[in-house]
Amino acid sequence: MTVAQLSSTLLYIAFVLYLLGTVFFGGAIRDKKAKRSTNRAATIGIAITIIGFIAQLGYFITRWIAAGHAPVSNLFEFTTFFGMMLVGAFIVIYFIYKISILGLFALPVAILIIAYASMFPREISPLIPALQSDWLHIHVTTAAAGEAILAISFVAGLIYLIRVVDQSKPSKRTFWLEFILFCLISTLGFVLVSTSFKAADYEAKFTWIDKNGKEAETVYEMPALVGPHKGELQTADRFEPIVEMPAIINAKKLNTVIWSLMGGFVLYWLLRLILRKRIAASLQPLVKNVNLDLTDEIGYRAVAIGFPVFTLGALIFAMIWAQIAWTRFWGWDPKEVWALITWLFYAAFLHLRLSKGWHGEKSAWLAVIGFAIIMFNLVAVNLVIAGLHSYAGT
Amino acid sequence: MEKVKCECGHVNPHGTVLCESCGKPIAEDSTKKLLDMRYEGSARRSQTYNKTIVDKIWNFFSSVKVGVWLIVITLLASAIGTIYPQEMYIPPNVTPAEYYEDQYGWTGKLYYELGFHNLYGSWWYMLLIASIGVSLVICSLDRVVPLYRALKNQGVVRHETFLRRQRLFSASKVDNYDKLFAEVKEKLAKRRYHIREENGNILAEKGRFSRWGPYVNHIGLIIFLIGAMLRFVPGMYVDEVLWIREGETKEIPGTNGKYFLKNEKFTFEVYEKDKEKEVFQEAIDRVGSGMVAKNYQSDVVLYERVGPIVPGEEPKLKKVKDYKIRVNEPLKYDHYALYQVDFKMNEPNKMSFHLVDKKTNEQFGLVTVDLRNPQSAYDLGNGYRVELLSYFPDFYFDENGNPATKSKIPNNPAFVFKMMTPDKPEGEVSFVAIRQTIEPFGDNQYKMAFAGLETKNVSGLTVRRDFTLWILGVGGTIFMIGLIQGMYWNHRRIWLKHVNGEVLFAAHTNKNWYGLKNEIRQIIDGTELVMPVDQVEEAKKGARGGDDSGAAK
Repeated sequence: MTVAQLSSTLLYIAFVLYLLGTVFFGGAIRDKKAKRSTNRAATIGIAITIIGFIAQLGYFITRWIAAGHAPVSNLFEFTTFFGMMLVGAFIVIYFIYKISILGLFALPVAILIIAYASMFPREISPLIPALQSDWLHIHVTTAAAGEAILAISFVAGLIYLIRVVDQSKPSKRTFWLEFILFCLISTLGFVLVSTSFKAADYEAKFTWIDKNGKEAETVYEMPALVGPHKGELQTADRFEPIVEMPAIINAKKLNTVIWSLMGGFVLYWLLRLILRKRIAASLQPLVKNVNLDLTDEIGYRAVAIGFPVFTLGALIFAMIWAQIAWTRFWGWDPKEVWALITWLFYAAFLHLRLSKGWHGEKSAWLAVIGFAIIMFNLVAVNLVIAGLHSYAGT
Repeated sequence: MEKVKCECGHVNPHGTVLCESCGKPIAEDSTKKLLDMRYEGSARRSQTYNKTIVDKIWNFFSSVKVGVWLIVITLLASAIGTIYPQEMYIPPNVTPAEYYEDQYGWTGKLYYELGFHNLYGSWWYMLLIASIGVSLVICSLDRVVPLYRALKNQGVVRHETFLRRQRLFSASKVDNYDKLFAEVKEKLAKRRYHIREENGNILAEKGRFSRWGPYVNHIGLIIFLIGAMLRFVPGMYVDEVLWIREGETKEIPGTNGKYFLKNEKFTFEVYEKDKEKEVFQEAIDRVGSGMVAKNYQSDVVLYERVGPIVPGEEPKLKKVKDYKIRVNEPLKYDHYALYQVDFKMNEPNKMSFHLVDKKTNEQFGLVTVDLRNPQSAYDLGNGYRVELLSYFPDFYFDENGNPATKSKIPNNPAFVFKMMTPDKPEGEVSFVAIRQTIEPFGDNQYKMAFAGLETKNVSGLTVRRDFTLWILGVGGTIFMIGLIQGMYWNHRRIWLKHVNGEVLFAAHTNKNWYGLKNEIRQIIDGTELVMPVDQVEEAKKGARGGDDSGAAK
């Protein structure tokens, strides 16, 4: 087995262990006898999580050895690392607060993130000149660690909201809470749809006319519901697009988004049919024993710990590297701007909390919005707005 | 304004909410169960005065609400700026007005017309950032001065009301008072509390310095913003472009003639299949061999001018050093930095032609034209001579159909030659461009036959000198110190007061109540003290009907 293969295997092991860990954390909160929040199931759960984390650390180190550079240089590597840091942040917070319920929500989020990452090209790529620097691992790992710690506040916020939002009648709050869960389910939808079509080796080649009037070629890996501008299907026996897009819209990406949302809808409605109530309402019994003030404090603590790390990694180290690689420490590149937006958002969060007394539910909603901004910067800025950082998207 | 004297004897400034020394409420909303401990109930200017215009401006900017709004507006504005690329990222040879409409339709046009294509340089965005700066200064001053006073003047002996209205409070019957105090004191000392004692009362405090964290980080931000502003001061900042061909020596712009650079060689490498490590093969296969850049490198020599600048005279140069400028490895010297940012491969440098008799194909000599610096005539001997009548380095036909040049860069050279030969002593005129020959005055006997092209690579370098960087560095460092100071430490205080055979125990922290409660649990463990009640949780529980249970208990 080569080092690169060993690395992939370790990641796979970590993934399975995280799934298993989730199951045990699920068992831990169902254990009615245990009044204390730590019990046998929780101890096993955290042990499995730690082993999983070590396995993933092994993946990271072996891949680093194989490539000769830190494996944080494309979307797959970065997102996987972000997932690993999320698990790491959870382990730290778990040992401070000993709350099993956090594992039941944090691990699935990490699993989703790693699964999402795996949908992008996974091979080890050589570095382009701009990335050939030690600042690659210094800046990217610190930024990812900061974002992961901040993401714990989202997990705490989500638990808080599931616990407090009144499910007896539909309201704005129940709608938005369902919306958050729907987004998570759609990520799963994306993973399932991509995996299925990949397994079936679906490929449909199109020639199309781009916005500069030039002929171009594109390959769809999912059946084209929306086709490219003046697209001509080149592969035989493939699905003909239903609608054609104008040239300025990236039809292939839109097509993927549509498929993911469809997958999400199908999964969501299946769940609704089985559960016969809102997803959040079905999750509510799981969190009924949660101490709200403590959950709120965990959310705040995660921001308090994560904010300085994020500032250091995503702004200060980023500026130092940008000065070296791009001649200027700040250039209003979309990725830079979104890091600033994230930073401003959490600055506002802290001020609202410290001075205006935005605790509890308000704070939980803010934590969710903060996570949405981080995800936007990770997903949309790479895939849609593509600026200088676009190499991270491939 | 008159000062307020508390019953404990301490004289407080006008506007004080809680006595600085004993904490007794002076001008406070007494309907609430718990005291509002923010800024220690000190007299803040913004809460005290609101008469003059200065007061109003001060109060506006000192409000956290206003600060948060400024942050949120800046955040939203910044997001708008990322919808379409900013002006600096669109291709340099297009007019923005057309580009945005061409590429993005009517929304692009609107984006341009609203000025969002240059959002971050717009007056209103600058104004927003400036307002945040002003808010930082005023907010901080409004709070830090009274907070400092209050914490400096705080007394050990606190008023009973102050203790009872803390979030964590308990009253315990104690038999052996002296033993208890000794025990508690020892435990507090072990947990690194600073202990002050007065008449059998205790004030234990730790991590007070974390209270200054927010103000320290605000100072860091202000220094950073000042550094960013200094960029606009002439002389602080140099940003020039230097295009330099292989073999060429040029003055480095922005150095006032002090430094010169010679470009020895420019190298552009790509990742190729089978030339890289085994693990990279799959990735190279996917995007294609030779499609991904591996290295951009200019091998240069840096020279310094010796002696004064004499106009019209060749400068005397002294070699400073050899360097290979690569991306991520700029050449740094004397506060200047030269960065590898761009390149042009194979720019035509010299073009050669044979003078040929069209019928016999006999050659009468070789003409080599230096495309940067062409000669006007080339003598080939034996009565053969070629004159260069016109030269168009970047040739095209203008709107009147006449040959013209777009620039001085030899991207597409074209020539008008006059060929003088013994047969045709008055000369024949021929217009020669790449793959194109025009004979304007009828059929010629001779022609200029293309014989070869010599090319050179060109390095595109950026020259920078930025005297604001260290200020930004200092600001950033102070900001980080303040942030860590404020976020990773807590200011915890514990008060013990002995009244009428009871010991009143109260505690306060600026954050992380969970940690404080754990610590108190360990401090009172094995003593006669009762664990303080979290009066905030109690109140909520009362309101909800007490269905909460959890790890905090």
